[in-house]
Amino acid sequence: MDLVDYDEIAEALRRGDRYLRRIYTDEELDVCGANPRLLAACFAAKEAAMKALSRTDQPIPWRSIELRMRPGSQPSLELTGAAASLAQERGVTGLSVSVTHGSHSAAAVVLASTGGLS
Amino acid sequence: MSALAEEIRRVLRDHARLPVDIDSIDDQTDLFRAGMSSHASVNVMLALEDAFDIEFPDSMLKRSVFESVAGIDAAVQELQKRAA
Repeated sequence: MDLVDYDEIAEALRRGDRYLRRIYTDEELDVCGANPRLLAACFAAKEAAMKALSRTDQPIPWRSIELRMRPGSQPSLELTGAAASLAQERGVTGLSVSVTHGSHSAAAVVLASTGGLS
Repeated sequence: MSALAEEIRRVLRDHARLPVDIDSIDDQTDLFRAGMSSHASVNVMLALEDAFDIEFPDSMLKRSVFESVAGIDAAVQELQKRAA
């Protein structure tokens, strides 16, 4: 789980495009634009996913974890690059994500599954 | 204290949103355990890039780089060395 305050996002947005391009994928930016509430949900999902993957000290670029928020669909996570490699290493076969918005912050919960029931 | 360490502490004071005064923690203190959030570490990273005219590569985007004043100091020195 991770929680991100909207004012932390607003502070970063003052850095302009450099912040957005370092952290978010093109698809996330298409959906979120520069909306602090939506960006906070994306960032919370990325961090929650890193925790669910039991990240220790591996370098994991934020852009290698993408939150997909398509209209009419449940949110989902797409892993690429270093994040996908870590998931494989951990034996993670699926991630489920839930995001929520409060008046000052957004939160995300990510659950990792490691295979079927035995 | 070196000028580099002083500037790092200024960036942390302005951007890490620590619940304690940066002067009350030593160079080895774990900043995340001290209360720095994941996103605050991003704001710290961006502020460090502006302060020192550097860019953290993907290979440095890991917890150990940002978890202490000492870790940040070592990383900034390494990036300055590469740029020289």
